[in-house]
Amino acid sequence: MTNIRIQNAVKKYGETTVIPGLSAEIKSGELFTLLGPSGCGKTTLLRMIAGFNSIEAGDIYFNDNRINEMDPSRRNIGMVFQNYAIFPNMTVSGNVAFGLKNRKMGKEEIAKLTEQYLGLMQISQFAQRMPSQLSGGQQQRVALARALVISPDVLLMDEPLSNLDAKLRLEMRGVIRHTQKNVGITTVYVTHDQEEAMAISDTIAVMKDGVIQHVGTPKDIYQRPKNVFVATFIGRTNIVPAKVEAGALVFEGGYTVPLACLAGADGQQVQCSVRPEEFVIRKEGEGIRGTVKEYTYLGLNTHYNVQTAGGQLVEIVEESSLDEELKPGQEVLLGVKKHKINVFDQEGGRNLVRSEAYEGQ
Amino acid sequence: MKDNNKFRLDMWGIITLCVILVYVLFLIYPMAHLMRQSVYDAETGRFTLENFAKFFSKSYYFDTLLNSFKVSIAATVLSISIGTPLAYLFSIFKIRGKAVLNILIVVASMSAPFIGAYSWILLLGRSGVITGFFRMLGVTLPDIYGFGGIVLVMSLQLFPLVFLYARGALKNIDNSLLEAAQNLGCSGLRCFFKVVVPLILPTLLAASLLVFMRSFADFGTPMLIGEGYRTFPVVLYTEFINEVGGNDGFAAAIAIIAIVITTVVFLVQKYISNKKAFALNALHPIEEKAPKGAVKVLAYLFSYLVVAIAILPQVYVTYTSFKKTSGKIFVSGYSLKSYASAFGKLGKSIQNTIIIPLLALIAIVVLAVFIAYLAVRRKNTLTGVVDVLSMIPYIVPGTVLGIALLTGFNQKPLLLSGTMLIMVIALVIRRLPYTIRSSVAILQQIPMSIEEAAVSLGASKFKVFSRVTVPMMAAGIVSGAILSWVTMISELSTAIILYTGRTKTLTVAVYTEVVRGNYGVAAALSTILTVLTVLSLLAFTKINGGKEFSL
Repeated sequence: MTNIRIQNAVKKYGETTVIPGLSAEIKSGELFTLLGPSGCGKTTLLRMIAGFNSIEAGDIYFNDNRINEMDPSRRNIGMVFQNYAIFPNMTVSGNVAFGLKNRKMGKEEIAKLTEQYLGLMQISQFAQRMPSQLSGGQQQRVALARALVISPDVLLMDEPLSNLDAKLRLEMRGVIRHTQKNVGITTVYVTHDQEEAMAISDTIAVMKDGVIQHVGTPKDIYQRPKNVFVATFIGRTNIVPAKVEAGALVFEGGYTVPLACLAGADGQQVQCSVRPEEFVIRKEGEGIRGTVKEYTYLGLNTHYNVQTAGGQLVEIVEESSLDEELKPGQEVLLGVKKHKINVFDQEGGRNLVRSEAYEGQ
Repeated sequence: MKDNNKFRLDMWGIITLCVILVYVLFLIYPMAHLMRQSVYDAETGRFTLENFAKFFSKSYYFDTLLNSFKVSIAATVLSISIGTPLAYLFSIFKIRGKAVLNILIVVASMSAPFIGAYSWILLLGRSGVITGFFRMLGVTLPDIYGFGGIVLVMSLQLFPLVFLYARGALKNIDNSLLEAAQNLGCSGLRCFFKVVVPLILPTLLAASLLVFMRSFADFGTPMLIGEGYRTFPVVLYTEFINEVGGNDGFAAAIAIIAIVITTVVFLVQKYISNKKAFALNALHPIEEKAPKGAVKVLAYLFSYLVVAIAILPQVYVTYTSFKKTSGKIFVSGYSLKSYASAFGKLGKSIQNTIIIPLLALIAIVVLAVFIAYLAVRRKNTLTGVVDVLSMIPYIVPGTVLGIALLTGFNQKPLLLSGTMLIMVIALVIRRLPYTIRSSVAILQQIPMSIEEAAVSLGASKFKVFSRVTVPMMAAGIVSGAILSWVTMISELSTAIILYTGRTKTLTVAVYTEVVRGNYGVAAALSTILTVLTVLSLLAFTKINGGKEFSL
């Protein structure tokens, strides 16, 4: 079992710094996802672990072995590429056996292991086919079998599902998750698809501009994002300005929500992240004043666009009810689910709801 | 990527250095030697520009330069204006027998240029068949010798290149572009000039350069059909041959002037095409339609007529090879006597035509694969040097390279002149850039990640290259190799400088037999050459899975 430690890793292309000193720890046996918008450095980091990109400063360890200078062919890594990178000149079983042959194994053992992993990925019947005769999903399975058959210490996957159609993507997502847990291999997974990341990961690292913004479980990242970027990048949210007075949030128009964690933040301007499902629409009582602009009925839920008195357009999702929907022009009051919303400082860099105590949980 | 940007003394580092060494020894050194010769007086050993002054001050020499320009420009314009419409017709119309016409065009383009010249002399020369026929009718045809003849032969020889290039480019034009043009009210000829030609202009420019360079460097055609009309390669050849053993300075100076001119032309073309470059990619290539009415008549007439004229010299030469000869003169009746004496006297040259290009081919393929890999996968300053070095032969006319090699290697310890090796080296140097270009194109199609996958599975550098990269390139390399082979067996301008009795090739043999007036033997030899070419092209088509031939 292998854990990966990355300490102050720096990547530069000429004078441009792509990753300015990144640290992370990937636990043994977990599926760790690097998630971020394109150009955030996630693939760069993956290729640094694989050895295809150099490391300008800092260290990467597999357990206690520093691998910075190790040749990629000696790192004992299984890698699955975005385009699968199946050798087109070899059969399916030739592809799977390739890594084993480089390890100078006996013929019988190679045949046995190849067969075993073809079986594991349910592609035994294609063993003698050439890659060009396979569909995308089948090629993906070959790529996975080829990467796993060498019993690598670490499995690296670079957007492995992005070339598949939507239905296959869901299926292969399950296959990857299932296989990874079965084999119990430490895996680093790169994607820009947040839903895929949520579905597949034990731990997600959200990256932006070469910096990890937040490392946590999918639930942690969605419910208590560390900063405004993470809050807006994962799922949908409304950023509503407010002020802290006497330990309570005060929205425009005077709507006041007392929050225990805001003690000591009096007088501060803050940004509140209220997800669409964290609003409550009321006809009367307390809330931010607003006017319904548009509604969309989607069966399970109904989406509303509401313009607040201050002019901000916010999105709200409510479970559809049997009653008549609110029509455009209807005046409403917007309450918030106070235990669910997140409050960030004015710069958006710190979540005031994530207290020290919370971090410890 | 670290592996690619820094020079390291690993397997690829050593290969880089070896390749540079080869180029320095067999290209830079002889060229430098040539340059030195052009500006040093052989007797006094002093620096002098006398040779250059002599060239530019005497119109006897200087006019050949103007002649070459006139001939090359005329041939280029004519080739473009035949090749482009033909390619367009072939792309938009269903034409019966198109596949056969295609093969004939390729065969026409692949034959040695001077065979065309010699055959046109047989047809349209003073005692030519067609001339004689018209004379009987009391019509005097215009003189084939001189400017007109050279341009005719060169254009017919080189328009297939334009055709093949344009055909390739037209395949990349999406049908929707033409439909959009039609939808906007632009069709027929207007569409051709306003939409199609601008789209394939970068390709046409590249083809023009190739045609210009070939006609500028062509030695055999003006030598045979030019008579009084002397072009640059002719004067270069005659000056050099005249002065072997004496002062080579003047020939060297002419060679240097030739290189300067071709370099300028090359740079201008590169500048223009860089400005005009854009990427085309067709999801739906142009659909071929059946032509109707007058258009149909014209399309068929043009296609068949052009191809017939282009292939006529080949056909006629083949025909005369079976004619009975008496001494040097054709007489009525048929025999295989020409073949008998061709095999008897010159069998050795047939053997040479197989062995020399074959040796060169092996070296070319190996070097091209290595150099392409360096240029694509291991970019650094040194591989950049390799890239530039490998481009030089593009702009060095064959005759010039032949002279450079001969003068550079005719003294101990570098005594190679007269050997088979020097002929092999000349072919390698000349043909390498083309094979490198095609290998680079193949390699760029192969995603980097496939090699990375092999590395991550524990394969060594050598194993990745030999087990993964090369097998994936194989099909492309083989078809590129066949093309190289075909051009090498019909090479004349370098061989004519370097050959000796022992290393005479078929093309040189044909040339010398023509010069001596042994037309029968020459015809037999060129028929053998044509058969070799056709067989090679058939092999090419076979390997490419029956796909249409393209450049």
